[in-house]
Amino acid sequence: MIRVVLPFHLRTLARVDGEVQLETDHPVTLGSVLDALEARYPVLRGTIRDHGTLKRRPFIRFFACEQDLSHEPLDTALPEAVLTGEEPFLVVGAMAGG
Amino acid sequence: MSGVRVLVGTKKGAFILTADGKRQNWEVSGPHFAGWEMYHLKGSPVDPNRIYASQSSGWFGQIIQHSNDGGKTWAPPGTNPGELTGPDGMPKGESNKFVYEGEVGTHKWYDGTQHPWEFKRIWHLEPSLTDPDTVYAGAEDAALFKTVNGGKTWQELPGLRGTKGALWQPGAGGMAVHTIIQDPKNAKRIFVAISAAGAFRTDDGGKTWRPINKGLKSNYELPDPDAEVGHCVHRIAMHPSRPEVLFMQKHWDVMRSDNAGELWHEVSDNLPSDFGFPIDVHAHEPNTIYVVPIKSDSEHYPPDGKLRVFRSRTGGNEWEALTKGLPQKDCYVNVLRDAMAVDSLDKCGIYFGTTGGQVYMSADSGDSWNPIVRDLPAVLSVEVQTLP
Repeated sequence: MIRVVLPFHLRTLARVDGEVQLETDHPVTLGSVLDALEARYPVLRGTIRDHGTLKRRPFIRFFACEQDLSHEPLDTALPEAVLTGEEPFLVVGAMAGG
Repeated sequence: MSGVRVLVGTKKGAFILTADGKRQNWEVSGPHFAGWEMYHLKGSPVDPNRIYASQSSGWFGQIIQHSNDGGKTWAPPGTNPGELTGPDGMPKGESNKFVYEGEVGTHKWYDGTQHPWEFKRIWHLEPSLTDPDTVYAGAEDAALFKTVNGGKTWQELPGLRGTKGALWQPGAGGMAVHTIIQDPKNAKRIFVAISAAGAFRTDDGGKTWRPINKGLKSNYELPDPDAEVGHCVHRIAMHPSRPEVLFMQKHWDVMRSDNAGELWHEVSDNLPSDFGFPIDVHAHEPNTIYVVPIKSDSEHYPPDGKLRVFRSRTGGNEWEALTKGLPQKDCYVNVLRDAMAVDSLDKCGIYFGTTGGQVYMSADSGDSWNPIVRDLPAVLSVEVQTLP
């Protein structure tokens, strides 16, 4: 069970409170978690990464276990603590004022 | 009793203002989609309870929302299980998928080089005059998209960008299709306007387009002031009874065409400034038009700190200032291009929103004005539905 924390606006859009819990196939990678998230909540497609290219949107960041995974390729394995549910996978709206 | 519903898009959410036909007591609903930029909301002319909304953010991109109950509840089209499924049985979630057709191509960039088209957001949604499931969407970077299934999926009408698109160049506000007007007497004819490319017309339902910018002059913005494309058209308006007559607020100049855009002539005359953004036509008087002059392209606020709507009852050229109820000192707001609308009650109502968060309305064709709300976020768009 993977725990995913979404930013406020995406929680509202997906109509979820608190964390999202996802089952994913092994190996659990950055890409497989995002795939599972979008499959469960299709409304999130295009909001975290581009529909066609699957490139992360510029002001979205991925954090886990105090690591910034934003620039890692989609086949990057997530840390063990995320796989066990001990730590969440964070989708973060980057700081940008206005 | 008849009534009106005003759909207000702002920088930080959408608001719905409703009143009965007297238009004196208003209910305010919102913010809907709180915190998101709501560029535009518009209802279907054939099903007023069907409303489409463009929701966007610099972080999370574009979302399309729709309501089937007049704005009480909303959902992105096609995201409910069972509504639209892919091979794996899950909804596709493609209502926000705006992909340019074919080879994406390039347009002129600020430094004179060519730059690939990049989708940023939907500025304007224009529901079909005859089918509640068909909607046109004007995009930045400039392109026209169409849905025929209520917004579940969108397809570009690429002929528009094929009309000298390589010469189009963004202005300071970007490069977007912001005006879409359907000819009520000719289903194949659509007008669009793009900043900063100009006005365009199709006579075959969107397959092919041509520039309709003859007569426009951009003396300070273009090396060739009479160029076929490149003019910064801010807004076009039309009265449905007379679709061959178009009115335009250009970057500078208020213009008129009596032949569906074949040729334009200037009708600015005695305006204190002919720079501005919105322009609209009275619901029952096709020759009565409204603009809100702004001081200049460098100073986006009303001349002399006086918020004045100007009305011409002669289709341009003879303008009168409408000031009763509007601030006449220390007012430095702007009125954006999509932020003016009219209702079609017997005494035509005129509405506009400001970047200062006020929405003003006049229930007597502009003779006097009252604020419906004063302290919304900056208003991006105003549309009005006249309800039975």
